[in-house]
Formats: sequence, structure tokens, C-alpha cells
Amino acid sequence: MDDYILEIKNIIKKFSGVRALNNVNLNVKRGEIHALVGENGAGKSTLMNILSGVYPYGSYEGDVIYNGSVCRFKNLNNSEEKGIVIIHQEFALIPELSIGENIFLGNERLGILGIDWNRTEDEASTVLRKVGLNESPNTLVKDIGTGKQQLVEIAKALSKNVSLLILDEPTSALNDEESKKLLDLLLELKKEGKTCIIISHKLKEIAYVADRITVIRDGATIGTVENSQHDIDEDYIIKLMVGRELINRYPKRERTIGDKLAFEVDSWNVNHPIYTDKKVIDNVSFNIKEGEIVGFYGLQGAGRTELAMSIFGHSYGYKITGKVRIMGRECRLSTVRKAIESGLSYVTEDRKNNGLLLANNITVNTTLASLDKVSRRVVLDSAKEESVAEMFINKLSTKATSTKQIVSSLSGGNQQKVLLSKWMYAEPKVLILDEPTRGIDVGAKYEIFCIMNELIAEGKSIMMISSELPDLLGMCDRIYIMNDGRIVDEMPACEASGEKIIASIIRSQQEIN
Amino acid sequence: MNIKDAIKNKSMAMALFIVIILFIVLTGGKLLYPQNLSNLLLQNGYVIIMSCGMLLCILTGGNIDLSVGAIVCLIGAIVARMLNAGINAVLVIVICVGLSALIGAWNGFWISKIHIPSFVCTLAGMFLIRGLARAILESKTIAITNTSFLDTFTSYINIPVLDDGDIKWSALIFGIIISIVITVISIVKWTKDDKTRAAKQIVAYECIQILIIDALIILYSFAVARYKGLSVMALWIIAVCIIYAFITNKTTFGRHCYAVGGNAKAAMLSGINVGKVYFMSYLSMGLLAGLSGLIMAARIGAVNGDTGNTFEMDAIGACFIGGASAYGGRGTIKGVVIGAFLLGVINQGMSILGLDSNWQLVVKGIVLLLAVTFDVVSHHRVGRET
Repeated sequence: MDDYILEIKNIIKKFSGVRALNNVNLNVKRGEIHALVGENGAGKSTLMNILSGVYPYGSYEGDVIYNGSVCRFKNLNNSEEKGIVIIHQEFALIPELSIGENIFLGNERLGILGIDWNRTEDEASTVLRKVGLNESPNTLVKDIGTGKQQLVEIAKALSKNVSLLILDEPTSALNDEESKKLLDLLLELKKEGKTCIIISHKLKEIAYVADRITVIRDGATIGTVENSQHDIDEDYIIKLMVGRELINRYPKRERTIGDKLAFEVDSWNVNHPIYTDKKVIDNVSFNIKEGEIVGFYGLQGAGRTELAMSIFGHSYGYKITGKVRIMGRECRLSTVRKAIESGLSYVTEDRKNNGLLLANNITVNTTLASLDKVSRRVVLDSAKEESVAEMFINKLSTKATSTKQIVSSLSGGNQQKVLLSKWMYAEPKVLILDEPTRGIDVGAKYEIFCIMNELIAEGKSIMMISSELPDLLGMCDRIYIMNDGRIVDEMPACEASGEKIIASIIRSQQEIN
Repeated sequence: MNIKDAIKNKSMAMALFIVIILFIVLTGGKLLYPQNLSNLLLQNGYVIIMSCGMLLCILTGGNIDLSVGAIVCLIGAIVARMLNAGINAVLVIVICVGLSALIGAWNGFWISKIHIPSFVCTLAGMFLIRGLARAILESKTIAITNTSFLDTFTSYINIPVLDDGDIKWSALIFGIIISIVITVISIVKWTKDDKTRAAKQIVAYECIQILIIDALIILYSFAVARYKGLSVMALWIIAVCIIYAFITNKTTFGRHCYAVGGNAKAAMLSGINVGKVYFMSYLSMGLLAGLSGLIMAARIGAVNGDTGNTFEMDAIGACFIGGASAYGGRGTIKGVVIGAFLLGVINQGMSILGLDSNWQLVVKGIVLLLAVTFDVVSHHRVGRET
């Protein structure tokens, strides 16, 4: 009988009726490094949120057994008390505080009168030495690089007497040298008897550190692979990750591609808005024909949203250079208004934060980007507004009681339809759809795909950004593959496959190395 | 929307109604004396006017303008100085309106272009402008005697023959016209509305509501008619309210304000020039503060260094009592006017009762807290994360 520190049994987690996790099982041996792999949206993060108590006990079905007893975490603190610490992709460090202060944040070393700074400094130095970080505890976190920040995160976890450390994409923001250092640290911690779960897309790194690998796909465990010799076959893992039979989940459509290029982008370069030296988009060129759906695939952080937003009225980035042509005419899209007027629409991936006015009704949301069309000079024509909103509710069969319904009370799929209405009413020639099916159920997905087909039948062009590979394969004519701010491959959708795409991402990763 | 929601939406109007009844009882009916009713509007004119402008700022995301009380003082000081120097009253008014727009633009510039937080920027403006005003006044109280200036704001409409008697009929006629207009507008709106079941259910309720409003307006104008008649200042106040109700409801700019306050990022990504929206709302605020300055100077007939002190707080308070969201994106001119009246009735009722002005402040504070608590509880579900 193996000694398991963690057993996850038959976990089912539903979000408003949709199963995000469907019978997940995961066993982690004490003292091993266990890797969790799967496509974007396979359910890894959901699982980790259950494990750390972000989704409290009772909000899911199944059991989490930790050190032999069933866990009933109510929140993050409960799990941390038991020694489970999760380090997220986005760092939870406070840039304006020192390393020492960050390490003991919420866990301050107290003396008689408040914080004992000597103890803080001493103990911080000890854990910093443990993670091999050669910095003073008094250095501010904002003054050290991302690689070192990651180490501070781990030091922080160690200071809490962690026994199960979970790292979510720990190397996504690191360069190779830093990644190597981090992975070696994990091996070092293993020797000390700590257990680690690492979530990563980078199979090479996983092959290097992990003892066993569990693959998750569509919210279910596919299998666990031994890797004690660190010699797994990457192709085999990829097949487990994406290998699925596609049932007919996509509406049929006629080939509508015209001859004319509707949208051309030439040598597009963008720098990060805050770290202005960092290149986010590196010399990207692509084109979309009339009536064509072109997919953009990449892992999280590949720069797809940044590419789209920087084109759409320079709403992201710094030092933007490059040329955009819409219907053959060169356009200067320096503001969102100009982009809209040139015939471009961008349907955001984050409809709650960047797309909708949640507290307003459907009408207000539908006409927001095209108020000129429903007003004479500056005076709004309410009757016309209502009829436009009504028309789109019927056209997209949005389920709503009336045009006056407040958008926040609609379901995700219907909110997405309202967002689409807004941009369809702007009458663009080119639509950029960023994760158009995120967080909506299968039925609504199908309807959104039907709308997309209608749009291209009208001669419009669609740039479809999605992390869901099957959707791209099912909907697109062509697929561009992005990695690290560059387009690394392009293939017709009929020739593309999950294996091919992942392989080309991994190839580009190796080229960088 | 059902009747329950409809009543909930009118909760501030109900509160106003209850407070009025309360003070009628407490003052033994003195609140209803024609003079007191007339003063209710005129004394709170500055709050009503400035809270209309303040609402636009608050709509754009909870931005407030702390400098408006100081602007009232500065404009008052300039008016007093210029009039006493013998400059033509019309010219003075034009200059002051221009100047107040300029001050608004000054605030708007720092907030929209340099991205200074509105609180800090207008706090600085408050010190700066108040200081300038006192410098101009040379720490003295300056009286205004120019009658053509005073008449522009404080005279009463007096139509020969019609208004010769004790009762100024013109005021009553004006009130009747307003109530007819309100009724007609409401009926036109109903005929346009879709005839869903819920809508039909609501019509009866709305009919009663319109009847009550009409009755109140006519009764009020009758009271005014029995005092001195319709004041020119009342016309100014009503005009501002109508213009701002129109801006918020019916113009693209008004819609932009709501959108920016509701979700600035989404507004930006919908092609709305967010900076311009901030700029224009502060410009309009400056303009209205200037107008209030003119009105205050005329009504009191003198200006000193403390004129307009804490007016900004009254305007902000009226907005929040009237249901404007402190986070932006929600609020109406109707609500703000009700809020201003609520504050006004409480002030006046307590004055009639002879309550100490210190205690008046205490009551005002409690009312503000209760109103905003109510708003938060009914709209945000306290303490529950989504």
C-alpha cells in the first residue's frame, strides 16, 4: 500500500449546471513531484481551487482526503493551516513591500510591541538561503525580477511550514536559466520530503522533474503515467491531452471565402505598457480574406489578446508599430473610435470587466458602440434604440424578458449575445472574437457558432481567438499559432490537428531555447 | 418590474413625503405657510442647481467636486467687485459665466489629462479658489446694490392686471401649465411603451402617481401665488433641472457619463472618449457652481469670505440621498432633486422649530448615512461577495 498524502476521489464540480469537473481522481504520493497536465480549460485550476479551499467544502461532490482524513476547507486559510500552499500564475506579492515583509505577510513575526523586525529579517534570510535567493530581505519586491519573485513566493510558502506545495504554471514568466533554477529547487525540496504538485504546459520541464504525471481532459482524469526514469514520450502525453473524437458540435457551412483580403496586418510590434522594454508582440504579420474565419491558437500568455487589443485602437501596449489595412485601405487606428469607424470590432474575452455595462439594460448595451446611429446630432432617439435592441434579441434569439432587462441578470450565453449585438450593430467588416465561447454552455456555443457563420455569409471576416482547440478546428478556415508574442506557424484547419499544433508550439519553444 | 419594485424605486419620494408630514405636525402647520413654502425652493436653489452638475460628475464613477463652494464664493466676490466698479450688470453676468466654465475646465484638465484623482484635484481647487476669493474681497464683506443685477435673479414675476391683487395668478397658471405638460409627457410615454402584462399592471399605479404630483405642483403654486408670486430664481432652478434631466436621459453625452461610471474599460473599448467625458462633466459643474454664485450673491445681497462654505457637501449629500451610486453609473436628476428637497425640508423644518444649528448638522448627517445605507443594502447586498 502506497503512502498517499493526498487522494482526490470522484470530484464533480458544477457551475450553473455545467460540469467543469466530472469525476476527477488524483492520488499524490508523499514526497513526490506530481505533474498535472491538460489543455486550457480542462479543469486544472478548478481542481486546485477546490484543493485550496477557494471553492469551499459542500460546493462540490466527492472527497478530498489529505493525510488520511477528509478535508472540509471553508476558505484558503483552512488549507494553509494544514500545510497546503498554492502559488498562482499571477504573483500575490505586494511590489511596494520588502521581500521580508512579503514573506511574512499575514503571518507577521511579532514582538512585544508590534512586528519584531530583527526576527523577521533573520527568519526571512534563512528561508531565502533555502531557496537559493541571494537578496537582502529589505529589498523591495518591485526591484527584483520575475524569476526572483517566483523564488520569494516559494520562500513564503516554506515559511508557512508547507507540506504540499502546488505550483500553477511556475515557469511561464521565467526565462530558461531561471526556470532551470526553479526546477532544481523543487528537486531539492523533494529530497527534504516536501510534496509538490506542478501544473505546466511545458512537457520538457515536466519530464525533467515529475515522478508521475496525471492528464486531465474535459474535466475528467484520463490517466496517470509513471515517469520515474524521466523519459516519458511527449507525443504520448500530447495525445492523451487532446486526443478526442470530435462529434458534430459545429454547424455546417458553405465555403464563403472571397478573393479579396479584408484585413492585413504587417510587421506589428508592441511593447508592454508597464515594463516598456519588454516586447509583447514581436513582428507579427497576418491576413484574413473576406468571408473567412481565421483562428488564433496559443497557450495562455502567447500574446493573442494583446495582439488584438493593440490593433483595436491601440487599447493595449506601448510603442506600437506596424501597418493595418482593412479592405485594402491603410488605416491609422490610434483610437477605438477610429478603429470602429474603419470597420473593426473587438468582442472582448472578458465580457464582465471589459465588455458589458452589467448594471444597465440590454438596450443601453446594444447601442453603446454606435450611439451616432440612434441619435440626431446629440439627442438620442429612444424609440429607435428600443427597436434596434428588439431586432437583435430576435435575430440572435437572446432569452430575455424585454429590452429593459438588466444585463447582469442574464445567463453567460445570453450576455455574450448582447455583447455580440453591440458589435454587430457597429456594422464592422472585420470582427475580432476573443474567446467567444468562454464560460458558456454547449447549446449557447452552437448558437454563437451559427451567428458566426451568418456573419461570414454576409461577407464579413472573423479573427477568432480561442484556447479551445476543438472549437478552432471546427470553425476556422485557417489557423495561426502563436507563442511568446510571435506567430510560429500557420496551417489550413483541414490539415491541422491537436498533435500538430502542440508540436509546433513545442518546436518553437525549443527554438527559443 | 412589478408594483413592489416600483414602490421600492420611489422610496426616497416616500421618505420625503413622510418627512414633510412629520414637520407639518411638529411645526403645527407652520411649514405650510405660503412664505415658508416659497422659501423652501429659493433657499435651496443653490443645492438643487449644483447637485444637478454634481450628479454628472458622480455618474462618471463616483467623482466628486469639492471646489464648488469656493467657486460660489469666488464668483460672488468678482460680481461684487465688478458691480461696485460700475460695470454693466449683463456684462458682469456674461463674464462670470465664462469664468466659471473656465474654472470647471481647469479642474477637468487635471482630472482628464493628467489623471489626478478627482478628490485631490478639487480639494486643491477648494483651497486655491477660496483663497483667491478672500484675496479679492480683501477679507471684507461687500454689499451688492446694483438693482438690475439683483432683479435678474431675485425679482418676482408681476404681470399687470393679472397680478395686481393679493393673489399672483401668474404663478398658479404657471403651475397648472407645468402639471399639464408632465401629464401629457407621461401619457405619450405610455402609448409608446410595449403593452406587456407587467406594464399594464403598472399603469394604474403610475396614474395615481401622476395625479399626486400634479396636485402637489398646483397646491404649491397656489401657495406661492398667495405670497409674492413666481420668483425669477425659481425659473432659473426649473430651467437647470429640465436641461440636466434632458442631458442625462436623452443625449449621447449623458449616456456616455452612465457608461463611463458603469464600466470605464468597457466604455473605452466601445469607442467612448473617457477623458472627454470627465472633462465635460467638470466643465458643466464649474458652470453651475458659477450660476449658484450669481444667485447666492443676488439673494443675500452681500458676499464675504465664508459665502458658499460647505455648499459642496450639500450638493454631494443631495446626490447620494437621491440615490446616486457612490461608485458611479447610477442616479437620476429626479432623485437628486428629491434629495435636495429632503435636505431642504429638514433644514427649514428644524429652523422653524428653532432647533440649534449644531443639532441641525447632526440630523443632516444621520439622514445622509441612512439614505446611503439604504442604497447600499438594496443594491449591493452588504458583505456578500459575488
